[in-house]
Amino acid sequence: MGKKARCSGDLTQQIQMKYAILVYETEQDFAHRDQHMPAYNAYSQALSEAGVLTGGAALHPGHIASTVRLKDGQRQVQDGPYADTKEQLGGFFLIDVPDLDNALDWAARCPAAGLCAVEVRPLWSMEAN
Amino acid sequence: MDARRVAELAARNSYGRLVAYLAVRSQDIATVEDALGDAFLKALSSWPQRGVPDNPEAWLLVTARRRLIDMARRSQTHAKALNILNLSGVDSAENLEEISFPDERLKLLFICAHPAINVNIRTPLMLQTVMGLNAAQIGSAFLVAPTTMGQRLVRAKAKIRDAGIPFGLPQTQALPDRLDAVLAAIYAAYTTGWDTVLGGDPSHKGLADEAIWLAQLCGQLLPAEPEARGLLALMLYCAARRGARRSTTGDYVPLSEQDTDLWSQSMIQRAERELHQASIYGRLGRFQLEAAIQSVHAQRASTQHTDWETLAQLYSGLIQLVDTIGARLGHAVAIAQTQGAQTGLDLLDAMDIKTVQKHQPYWALRAHLLAQLDEQPAARQAYAMAIGLTEDPAIRKFLMAKAQSL
Repeated sequence: MGKKARCSGDLTQQIQMKYAILVYETEQDFAHRDQHMPAYNAYSQALSEAGVLTGGAALHPGHIASTVRLKDGQRQVQDGPYADTKEQLGGFFLIDVPDLDNALDWAARCPAAGLCAVEVRPLWSMEAN
Repeated sequence: MDARRVAELAARNSYGRLVAYLAVRSQDIATVEDALGDAFLKALSSWPQRGVPDNPEAWLLVTARRRLIDMARRSQTHAKALNILNLSGVDSAENLEEISFPDERLKLLFICAHPAINVNIRTPLMLQTVMGLNAAQIGSAFLVAPTTMGQRLVRAKAKIRDAGIPFGLPQTQALPDRLDAVLAAIYAAYTTGWDTVLGGDPSHKGLADEAIWLAQLCGQLLPAEPEARGLLALMLYCAARRGARRSTTGDYVPLSEQDTDLWSQSMIQRAERELHQASIYGRLGRFQLEAAIQSVHAQRASTQHTDWETLAQLYSGLIQLVDTIGARLGHAVAIAQTQGAQTGLDLLDAMDIKTVQKHQPYWALRAHLLAQLDEQPAARQAYAMAIGLTEDPAIRKFLMAKAQSL
């Protein structure tokens, strides 16, 4: 009697995904950054100790931004951010984790999640697409 | 259920098992569905000539897998697709009969109801990936154009693939919340297209059979989760009354006036068994409570009366667990029966008008209670609101007759 060939599932290789954790801040958050800094420092320390942090930066507020467009070859520079919304991109963390659930766990720990909002987006992989 | 429907539902067993098994490995649901679609087409041309293979599921698996490997090689894209190559059990098997594969449909259910997936597309995703319904069937149940539904499904599957939603079971501490989302999506299939509070048009069965099938599957895959059984019991109780919701002339019959001889006793008994099994775990939840409420209503078939005291208690427990408009209205009905129409009306007055402004059952109940209190003008006004908010012609006719009898 032939024994049943079970198709097992343990062959799925662990593939790391790269995500950006985009930090959104209100005008107030920007104004009181010094108060939030200790929390952000602890957060990025936790990320790097977990070995998932690959990059990131904090940004100046949106009113410091300059937005550039080329119209008929002419450079047009606008004072301010691309989208003039109440909440602005305040910085980002780049992380390597196995899947979205892990990325969402880290996003939930980001101080901005409790203050304003955090967006999680996978990085576009140049080789896989 | 007729024989064709039974056969259809049985075929879905294989379809969902195959999609789940292959998708968990390739992590690309859309591609797996395409490959399986090809395999089913091949089966249609090959089986009538060469006969049905001994293990049709394995034949489909091997054929779909071959197609997936072709696709992965040609596009040289997702490294994950190559996991499909590693089904060593398939390669080492000497013939189809030796091949068996694990049931991974639970993982698929959890992916479809993942918190990162828009709540409105979770039910359609389940219906397509786990049951193999097409976008046109799903679209018509949700009153959405087939192409629109198709696009939404494509987008959701792309999100699952590209956002890296894990193809595994949630961790133990996250399981209760995630299971709630799965059960809510299954229940949404049941309530789609008709209103459970007043009982919709039975000719529009919507996806009731599909929802019951999914709940049954969920219960089989998670036997120690009482809420899955609670949900199944709830839907069986409601489905048991399907034949009594309309008179022979198509008129709407409210629950209290339904002929209990027209209720399906076999479905009620199945529901009772599921609810009893669920209660053994001693973990009460929303669906078990809602099923218990329907169980009280079902007892009218043997006792000829409704135990409103018990219903009032069950509804007040339900409000504590999940505070929904439906639960509050049910509570108000039971309180009006036990403590008088005015007390019931007081409960309606305590509700936030903004949340009930467009809720037809709220206005229908309000009108009913006002009429009992002889407040004709106010009752007439409330009936007008209810009539204006009704989509179902039979219910509209019923409410208009009530308003005119004032």
